[in-house]
This record gives sequence, structure tokens and C-alpha cells, in this order.
Amino acid sequence: MVDVPYDRIADVPPAEVPEVELYHPKSWWTQYVFSQDAKVIAIQYSLTATAIGLVALVLSWLMRLQLGFPGTFSFIDANQYLQFITMHGMIMVIYLLTALFLGGFGNYLIPLMVGARDMVFPYVNMLSYWVYLLAVLVLASTFFVPGGPTGAGWTLYPPQAILSGTPGQDWGIILMLSSLILFIIGFTMGGLNYVVTVLQARTRGMTLMRMPLTVWGIFTATVMALLAFPALFVASVMMLFDRVLGTSFFMPALVEMGQQMKYGGGSPILFQHLFWFFGHPEVYIVALPAFGIVSDLISTHARKNIFGYRMMVWAIVAIGALSFIVWAHHMYVSGMHPHFGFFFATTTLIIAIPTAIKVYNWVLTLWRGDIHLTVPMLFALGFIITFVNGGLTGLFLGNVVVDVPLSDTMFVVAHFHMVMGVAPIMVVLGAIYHWYPKVTGRMLDDWMGKFHFWVTFLGAYLIFFPMHYIGLLGVPRRYHEIGEAAFIPSSTHTLNAFITVMALMVGFAQMVFLFNLVWSYFKGRPSGGNPWRATTLEWQTPETPPGHGNWGKELPVVYRWAYDYSVPGAEQDFIPQNQPPRPTRAVQEAAP
Amino acid sequence: MAETALTNREKSPAQTAGWKGIAADWSSDQRAFKNVSWGKAMMWIFLLSDTFIFSCFLLSYMTARMSTTVPWPNPSEVFALEIAGQHIPLILIAIMTFILISSSGTMAMAVNFGYRRDRVKTAVLMLVTAALGATFVGMQAFEWTKLIMEGVRPWENPWGAAQFGSSFFMITGFHGTHVTFGVIFLVAIARKVWRGDFDHGRRGFFTSRKGNYEIVEIMGLYWHFVDLVWVFIFAFFYLW
Repeated sequence: MVDVPYDRIADVPPAEVPEVELYHPKSWWTQYVFSQDAKVIAIQYSLTATAIGLVALVLSWLMRLQLGFPGTFSFIDANQYLQFITMHGMIMVIYLLTALFLGGFGNYLIPLMVGARDMVFPYVNMLSYWVYLLAVLVLASTFFVPGGPTGAGWTLYPPQAILSGTPGQDWGIILMLSSLILFIIGFTMGGLNYVVTVLQARTRGMTLMRMPLTVWGIFTATVMALLAFPALFVASVMMLFDRVLGTSFFMPALVEMGQQMKYGGGSPILFQHLFWFFGHPEVYIVALPAFGIVSDLISTHARKNIFGYRMMVWAIVAIGALSFIVWAHHMYVSGMHPHFGFFFATTTLIIAIPTAIKVYNWVLTLWRGDIHLTVPMLFALGFIITFVNGGLTGLFLGNVVVDVPLSDTMFVVAHFHMVMGVAPIMVVLGAIYHWYPKVTGRMLDDWMGKFHFWVTFLGAYLIFFPMHYIGLLGVPRRYHEIGEAAFIPSSTHTLNAFITVMALMVGFAQMVFLFNLVWSYFKGRPSGGNPWRATTLEWQTPETPPGHGNWGKELPVVYRWAYDYSVPGAEQDFIPQNQPPRPTRAVQEAAP
Repeated sequence: MAETALTNREKSPAQTAGWKGIAADWSSDQRAFKNVSWGKAMMWIFLLSDTFIFSCFLLSYMTARMSTTVPWPNPSEVFALEIAGQHIPLILIAIMTFILISSSGTMAMAVNFGYRRDRVKTAVLMLVTAALGATFVGMQAFEWTKLIMEGVRPWENPWGAAQFGSSFFMITGFHGTHVTFGVIFLVAIARKVWRGDFDHGRRGFFTSRKGNYEIVEIMGLYWHFVDLVWVFIFAFFYLW
């Protein structure tokens, strides 16, 4: 029938651009320290983020000690408590989660998953990390300056953020704002790289609709970050001027200690708008990479293709777009016009639709799957449950009339910790268990992993479920001590002590995890190149860990989507993306 | 490396026009924007991000200006100069705007000559652009000095709302910083063009990559963007 030999590469379009030669390190310094290799930069990002994240973890213990046993710890006073919550929040949201998902996972996975040798501009990518490190150091330095770090709360609302009643008014707030500005500059350099790499540097056959959802999540989140961080940048610059130069962008006329201040005519609400125009997309900047990664974890460990891949992609894009028009639902009690509240409540609840699509599709992927309860899978399941929990309380808070009484209570704290604290961290941990073998060539210890999962998962619920209840009772957040109030039953104190004990136990489990990371690096079971028998390109590299340039001599060619698991008739229960299709029978017969 | 399969360096003949073409490009492999280099794509996306920064600055300024209860100083008067006994409103800003728009013209010419690989003319036109940009920044420095001498400070001014000075110094300062960076990069790239780096394939010091004349166009994108932003600042700050 066909008299030409079957050419399996013919149906993949030819390469469009010549390969760009990589920077080849010439010394130890340029190989491991000032490295332009995305994989090294990813590890640098991850280690730095983890290190500063540990600081934030310790701060959370100190906060819990104070809340659980008020008055027992003389070294925690009210000012320090405020400084702890501020630094804990800011570090966790921006310097840990954003940096880890985009700088860490983004740098490691994007080039490998789209079949590129590196990011498009490795030098700029390297600068991104060093500016990020500088931002982290400036942030960390606030612990050692006179007055300590700022205690304005992670939202840094003016006017209180720069008034003398707030701890850290001398140096803390200045360095915090400077650090944010640096972070945004550094992130922009990296983020441009991630976006252009996904758009313009994919390998042959890798269409956008064949990309793993991990890449889709990180890509969309990066685009959002490039559009949302400008608002925070501007807000930080303006507040810095208010503090340092005495301008009045955000500062109304004020009397402080009986003295009329020089400020006047500024708008604190303007800051809130700018902050939340960044702040709400930021929630999804953290959540979308988690959505993407968890999709891949579930599909791989349930040996089933992801359910509704296209819908998953469009849901990610829709969530990304919608998240830019919901910001004022953080401002229902700021005194804005009720009609705005109605508009923002509506858009907020509309986001539930694409989000629900994603949750259904995860569950339907699991349905009748060949579920392997590996540690990454456990964390993925933990994520789904936690995210649904946090999402449901989000529906409460998205409605104006329900939000107003719940605003600024522990209910809000419990809600956002579930939805954008615990849930993404579950994915981060699952992803580390999943990709650690690729990064190091060794498996993480399974027993320690399962211990880590169960303590973290159950512990997180034992921390945050009671916290919802405490919030419903009306216990306000950001109070270092609730004291004796008529509306607060004494059992609240017992619950607070219980939460504190749980928080310390979950913290201990993280130490086991860190020990596991170090121990397995030296003593872990060798993993081989593809321990999870996964389809995506990063598992098909010629070397593990992948070498400089990722792919050896030839770039991989992609023939299929990322989810060919348990394909009927296939020899194995997975088909890697770069495995050519079998020739059709007619061609087979015709070929000699 | 894999040089054998490079049949498609130029514009693909299969490309279709209009929406169908866009859909075809975005559903194809390798590149979403066909015939757009990495550098150019990156500059466009950066400019999109930068647009958000300037938009936030301008919107914040407008919010401050609309919500302040103190009268806003009249820009026509504030930015007037006495030249030869004549009181001319906005004259300095008009000249600055003219200079900056002209520099866009010389930049466009530099891009044109860059694509003709005309080493000398490209470099000279880029330096002219840089000189015009530096003149702009110099005139801005003059304007700042004049206003400071008249008592305008970020926190107060003699004529009305304090936010006038705050917004003025912040927005023109941020834009002036953009122009200054542009001048520095123009000079750096003009030097590379002049030296013939892009003709001989000389490798970058940091990146060890070979550059090409397209960098002139990418530089041009940035420069035109900075000029465009100035038009908005001119309209919203000085003419309003």
C-alpha cells in the first residue's frame, strides 16, 4: 500500500530555530555558585526559600506559644507578637511560596518539561536569584535593626504601618518595603524567562496543549505575577516615600500623641486597592502552580490520564483572568460603596465554577484509577480535601453579609491557612517527594515520608478546625492575648492550648522531613531515571540528575500528550511523551 | 548541534492570515509567536508588565488629585517660563516632549539601518538618540531644580495640595529613571555596533552568546515605550 519506509519523525514539524549555545561553566564558582543553569538556580531558590521559611515556621511556634499559654513566656510581648505575625505572613506568602513555586519548581521543571536545554536567558535568570537572595537578606536583617521588624501585619495597611505606635516603625517598615521592591525586581527577571521559555522555546512536537498541567499552572501564575506585582511595587514605593520623605499618598490628616502630624490629604483606601490588586492574584499565583502540579501527581500515581485535560487548562486560564477582578472582596469592611461589594461578591463566587471543575476532574481522575498510595499521592489527596475545605469557607467570606461579622476573626485566619497555606504546602511537599529522585538520583525514605504526611495532614486539621470555631465565637485575630471577655467561653483557652500543642507537633514532623531530605541525599535508595514510571519529559533525560543542557546531543521530540497512562494495548502502563507512535498496520506490512 | 533539521528559519509559507493564523500559531509546537525571537518576546512582555507599573502610578496620582480637598496647583502656571520677557506656559515641557518624540524618530532610523547592517549609521543614530535622551533628562533636572528653588517639595508646595509635589517627583522621577537606563543601554549597544560585534559574532562577556543587530530593534521597543509613557504623563499631569 505504501512504498516509502515509515518515517516516524515526519509528522512532527521540523525545528524552527537553531539551538543557542549554552554558557559553559569554567570554574567551580560558575558551576555551583554563580551558575546560569536553571537547575542549579532552582535549587538555590528552593534552599533559600526553605531557609527563610524555617524562620517563619519558628515564628509561628512563638505566636502559638503566646496564644496557647498567654503570659507564660515573658520574652514575647505584644509588640513582638505583632512582629511575629507580620514576618510570618509576609515570608510564607511571598518569600517562601511564591519563590518556591515559581523560582524553585518553575526553574527546575519548565525547561525539562517543555524539552528545552535551559531558560531562554540564563544570565538574567541567574541575576533573578541573586536579587531574590538580596531581598531575603534585607528582610532577615530587620530582625537585627533597632526597633526590630515591622509589626504592621502582612497587609501593611497605612496609616498605622508607618506610625510610631506600630513596632518596627524606625527601620523595620523601611527595610520591609525595600525588600519587597527588590523581590519584585528579581522576580520580574525570572518571570520573563519562564514565560518566554514556555511560549517560544518548546521542543519539536510540544504544543501548548501537550504541556503537562504543571507547566500550565506555573506559566499562568507567572503571567499573573508579572501583572499583579506592579501594583505592590507602586504601593511599596509610595509608602516608602510616605515614611521616608513625608509625602501623603496614603496618609490622611492625623493627630498622634496630641500632636497634629504633617501628613494630610492622602487615601489609606488607595493603598488597600493597590495592595489587594496584587494580593488577590497572589493567592492564585500560589494556588495555580499547586493545581498544575497536583494534577500531574494524581495522574501519575493513579496511572490514569487526567480527566478533562482541556477543561483543566481553560480552568487555570479562567481562574487567572478572573482573579484580577475580585480584589475588593478583601475590603468589604473598608467602607466602600455597597454596590462595589455586590459586584466583587459576584465575581468572587464565579471563580468557584472553574475551581469546582478542577476539583471534579481530580476526583474523576482518581475514579477507577490504579491508585498507588505513595507519599506524593498521599499529599495530593491531602491537598484535594484541604482545598475543598478551605474553598468552602471561602464561599462564606465571599458574601458581604457573612463576611462583615466574620471579618478580622480567627475564622479568616483558619480559612486562608487552609486554602492558601496548608493546601499549597501539601503540594509543595508532595512535589518534593515526587521530583527529589530526579534532582538527586535517590528516593526519599518512604517510612519517614508517610510519618511526615500523616502528622502534617491530621495535625493541620487539628490546628485549623478548632480555629474556625474560635473564629465563629468572635475571637479577633492579631490580638496577642484575648483575656477575659464575656463573649468568649473559657473553653476557648483550652482549645487554644490544644492548637498550640498540635502546631508544635506538626512543626516537629517538618524536622523529620528536613532530616529525610539530608539523610536520603546520602543514604537513600538509588532511584534510576524514572522511578514513578511517568510520561513527562523530565523523566526521560539521558542522565539523572539531568546534566548541563538537559538532553545530551539531541533534543527530545514529542509525539503525544503528557497523560498516556494505562493505554489499552500498550506494552507498559505508561507511554513517555517522546515515544514515537507505532507505525500503522498498513505501513508495517509495506515496510521491508 | 542539531543543525540538520533546520529547514524553517524564515517565515513559514504555510502561515495563514487573521484569526485562523493566530489559532494555528498558538496550537503549533515550539513557538506561539512565529518569527519572534526570544529577546523581542521578552521585551514585549516586560513592557506589558511595565505598563501596569506606570498605570498604577498614574491611577494613584489621579485618585490623589480627585480626592484632595485642597486646590490642585495649575500646571500651566507652575510649568511656565519667562523667556525674553515673555511668559510662556508649559514651554519647557513642550520642548522636552518635542525632544523625546524626535529621539523616537532617530531611534526608528537606527533600527532601519541596523537591519541593513550599516554599522556606522546605526551607531551614530543610536548615539544621537542617547544624546536627545540625555538632553531630556538634563532639562528634567533643570525643571526639578527650578521647582525646588520655588519651594516645591515632595511633602509640600506653596500653591496647594501637597500631593502635587509628591506625584510630580515620583512619576517624572520614575520616568526619568527609565530614560536614564535607556540612555545607558543605548550607549552600550551603540558601542557594540560600532565595534562590529554583531558582524564578527563576538561573544557577550557575561552570557557568552553571539548578539545580532536585532538588539537594536529590541532597544527601540523600549525606547518608543518610554516615549509613549511620556505622552500619557504629559497628557495626564501637565495638560489636565
